[in-house]
Amino acid sequence: MNWLLEPSVSTFGPDIDRLYYIILVITGIVFVLTEGLLIYFLVRYRKRPDRRAEYIHGSTRAEVLWTLGPLVIVLMLGFMSKPVWDRAKDPAHFPEDALELTVSARQFEWESYYPGAGGDPDAQDAFSILNRVHVPVGEPVILHLEAEDVIHSFFVPRFRVKQDAIPGRTIPVWFEITEPGEYELGCAELCGIGHYLMDGVVVVQSRAEFDAWRAEQHAAALGGTGAAQLAGSGDLDGAPADGPVAEGGL
Amino acid sequence: MNQTAITAAVRRPMPGLGVYNVKLGMWVFLLSEVMFFTSLIGAYIILRFAHPDEFAAPGVVLNVPLTAVNTFILICSSVTMVKAYAAIERNEQAGLKLWLTATILLGSTFVGVQVYEYIHLIQEGFVATAVAYAAEGGPLYGSTFYLMTGFHGLHVTLGVLALLWILTRAVKGVYSSQNLGGVEAVGLYWHFVDLVWIVLFTIVYLI
Amino acid sequence: MSTPTAREKTDWDIPHYAGDHHEELSFIRKYVFSTDHKVIAVQFLVMSLVFLALGGFLALLMRWQLGFPGQPLPGGTLLPETMAPGGIILPEFYNSLVTMHGTFMIFFAIMPLLVGVFGNLLIPLQIGAPDMAFPKLNMASFWMAVPAGLIMLASFWVEGGAAGAGWTAYAPLSASGDFTGVYLGQQLWLLSLFILGFSSIAGAVNYITTVINMRAPGLTWFRLPLTVWALFITAVLVLLAMPILAGALIMLLTDQTIGTTFFLPEHGGEPLLWQHLFWFFGHPEVYILILPAFGIVSELLSNGARKAIFGYHAMVLAIAAIAFLGWIVWGHHMFMSGMNPMLGTTFMVTTLAIAVPSAIKVFNWLGTLWKGNIHFHVPFLHAAAFVALFIIGGLSGIFMASAPVDIHIHDTYFIVAHLHYVLFGGSLFAIFGGIIYWFPKMFGRMMNPFWGHVHFVGTFVFYNLVFFPMHGLGLEGMMRRLYDPTQYAWLADLQPWNVFITWAVFGLLAVQVVFFVNFVASIWTGRKAEANPWQANSLEWSVPSPPPHGNFEAMPIVYRGAYEYSPPDRKEDFILQNEPPRDPVGDRVEPEPQPTGGLEGSE
Ligand code: HEM
Ligand SMILES: [Cu+2]
Ligand SMILES: [Cu+2]
Repeated sequence: MNWLLEPSVSTFGPDIDRLYYIILVITGIVFVLTEGLLIYFLVRYRKRPDRRAEYIHGSTRAEVLWTLGPLVIVLMLGFMSKPVWDRAKDPAHFPEDALELTVSARQFEWESYYPGAGGDPDAQDAFSILNRVHVPVGEPVILHLEAEDVIHSFFVPRFRVKQDAIPGRTIPVWFEITEPGEYELGCAELCGIGHYLMDGVVVVQSRAEFDAWRAEQHAAALGGTGAAQLAGSGDLDGAPADGPVAEGGL
Repeated sequence: MNQTAITAAVRRPMPGLGVYNVKLGMWVFLLSEVMFFTSLIGAYIILRFAHPDEFAAPGVVLNVPLTAVNTFILICSSVTMVKAYAAIERNEQAGLKLWLTATILLGSTFVGVQVYEYIHLIQEGFVATAVAYAAEGGPLYGSTFYLMTGFHGLHVTLGVLALLWILTRAVKGVYSSQNLGGVEAVGLYWHFVDLVWIVLFTIVYLI
Repeated sequence: MSTPTAREKTDWDIPHYAGDHHEELSFIRKYVFSTDHKVIAVQFLVMSLVFLALGGFLALLMRWQLGFPGQPLPGGTLLPETMAPGGIILPEFYNSLVTMHGTFMIFFAIMPLLVGVFGNLLIPLQIGAPDMAFPKLNMASFWMAVPAGLIMLASFWVEGGAAGAGWTAYAPLSASGDFTGVYLGQQLWLLSLFILGFSSIAGAVNYITTVINMRAPGLTWFRLPLTVWALFITAVLVLLAMPILAGALIMLLTDQTIGTTFFLPEHGGEPLLWQHLFWFFGHPEVYILILPAFGIVSELLSNGARKAIFGYHAMVLAIAAIAFLGWIVWGHHMFMSGMNPMLGTTFMVTTLAIAVPSAIKVFNWLGTLWKGNIHFHVPFLHAAAFVALFIIGGLSGIFMASAPVDIHIHDTYFIVAHLHYVLFGGSLFAIFGGIIYWFPKMFGRMMNPFWGHVHFVGTFVFYNLVFFPMHGLGLEGMMRRLYDPTQYAWLADLQPWNVFITWAVFGLLAVQVVFFVNFVASIWTGRKAEANPWQANSLEWSVPSPPPHGNFEAMPIVYRGAYEYSPPDRKEDFILQNEPPRDPVGDRVEPEPQPTGGLEGSE
């Protein structure tokens, strides 16, 4: 049992975590007070032969106090949450010059679509990879999340990112990651029999590494050979195969 | 408590609304019905706003004049229902039976016309399912149309059956000006079903 | 007896008080197709306890798989090949388990226990009525719930297995068997809940009419026990929420069967429409699952503490506020669905606001204990535990109510922890307490207090061992409804916790056997109960245990509220609501009961 969160690695992650800790402290205090009072009363006012319960029906002052107190606290939490929420989820607040790519979810895998070097998603050198998303570190990224069959949910715990992918819609998700590394991606919405097999990786690389990787993939897509075509799709009886596939390779 | 107190107690009216149970129960039940139709109509409105191109303009697929006449028939049936209730309030057994019969006939006509309309629409390819849909708009149109009008039609049909039951009891002479809870409760239901249709007719056929 | 004016003008069945002539009923009319609300309450009790046990068993299977993924379940070879070949639970069966556990617990255990059992037992008894307003409708309500439950149960054995799209049945997963391989199972799921909806609405119509129209003279609104208030407001929620579900179920059913396209996006359908409809019903539903428990707990706490409920009016208002706000918070289940962020903010604020009346209730319960003289009888212990655990469930709700924090914990075990703290720690503890408290009014005997204590302590301890660590699992990112967490590297590290929880579940379920045995044995061997074994105030305690058919000899007259414990001018520390003021000089003079309805009644 650990009430501390694993450190987040996205730019808005610390905001979310701060909010979490604020709530943790507030609820912690309320928890200790109320449970403490409960136990105290249970002990203090336990049955005694010489005692009689007092004939009290309530107190308007107390009611007002303990209505306003919680009200102020929750309103405060609402005020503190709103900017964080908007920053994380409101497309109007998304950064302008982000790297954009499409991630599509299907039973039971993720596929990331990278446009061609010129930015054209239908270009010859456009490519896609399965169960991996490569992004550069320290730069804003916008994923256009799609679902092909049922609802899935794109969940990267360390990023503090979670977004349902809804068939028939494209939903933008943004993040900017501050530390390079490989971060696990999961599906958070029950999506069928292989729901538990939808793990993937988000690879966060330095810009140079990312560019090199992408150039390699572009070349492979043009050549139509190599690693790109060998990757299979994730299926139920084994762990899903990770790795690049050429566009149309499925 | 002694015997006089008991007698005093039972003479005292209960602290209720002064509405007898059957009537109150029907009102309460109708609230539930309101929510049921709200869910169907709400779904229709949401879907239609989200996908206007899946729906055809009024009058393109649906036969508005025919349904307008049908709407008029249903409104008339509400009038005859009021007459039936008014009759039994005055203890007129014959009037009750007459107006109940009229209501049943009008209600059945409404259902009959609706079935006739359905048959025609289906022949024209306006169906509820994606597979066979061949009319203007898309299958969503058919889905929502048959859902709403179908469940309304079911309500009318059940209403007709309830009225038939009331009629058989009226023939047996059960009702009087002192005992008309059944007539009133079914009457309330009937007016409600009528009201729902006016809403449906407006949003499905006219707008 | 003469018919009260309020019931004139109707030829429908009118229940009679016990003093009236009663025909002898055949066995079938008395115990099977009975119209006596007390018998129907017991019928609901038996039915829902069976489903409660079943739900627990399903949970055990699930926990085995989570604790020991892929290992054969001991004795699992008894399960059909299509569920667990060689005792190893299949992923599709696991999904059915998740779905059916939630469905049975929510719709066939907690809901009928709270609404069906306590609603039926307590409403007429506590308002001084001979029965429900519509006894036959009441009977029909029960006999619709039974086939609904059986259909749900039968779906395990149909081709493709039981529904596997979660109790929330999100479309399009649930809208086409092609996505899950479950066709008939999902359809039976929909059908079963549809029938159950009829049952619930019939019950709600009955309860509402009964409470409004059949209160005994003098029993004004603000003299009602909080159980009646809670059950009344719950009935309003059932009345208005179930039809929404019914509409949604029909659409999903036609999508599944005849090919309509309400929720299927290829033809313009909207998957999110299902979520909106479901949660517009679903959030009021979760309050349906807790409000009656609020009422029960208030009753037990006040009785145990021998003290009036603190802030009676505030308690009523809080219940009403929760019921009202409950209609405008449903979006908090959909924060991650990509809804407009403005809308998300709105739902966040309403959700945070609904924590306030919950807090008010907790504070008033604490106020009730303050300066009391607490008798630790077994029902009281359950009520105290309810308060302790509901605090945790309410506080975890605050985390999720903050939409940005919910990004991290939505659809993880944190949610599972939350809902079990409110539904098991909350509702079920109240139910256990309530069953023990009102057992004499159902069976005329007391449940064994020793085994009651054993069951209580064991449940409290194991319950917390099972569910508290789930908060942590959720914070680490463990998703819910996951067949095999070890597939994810970051979750594999948490496996010791999953093993621990699974063992704790074994303990938790073992302790429940104590309750079931005590329950069944006490029906025949329990100590015979006098009329008022807990020395309580409300009307049900003024009649024998169990009360006769028709409940009261004649219509009782009520002189005071339900919580007049320890009045200063009496030797006893309780006074029945219908006890006439003894001596106008020594006793506090009560105003003559006014035959008025409406809210203007005086306290
Ligand atoms: C202080 C009051 C409460 C607040 C602020 C609150 C808040 C929430 C929120 C925001 C969620 C959605 C979380 C998510 O899916 O990400 C949720 C889920 C849930 N809540 Fe509460 N809640 C409260 C009390 C209750 C009560 C009293 C009950 C029932 C007795 C309840 C039952 C549930 C259930 C069953 C779910 C999970 C539904 C599902 O996805 O399966 N909650 N709650
Ligand atoms: Cu998925
Ligand atoms: Cu909710």
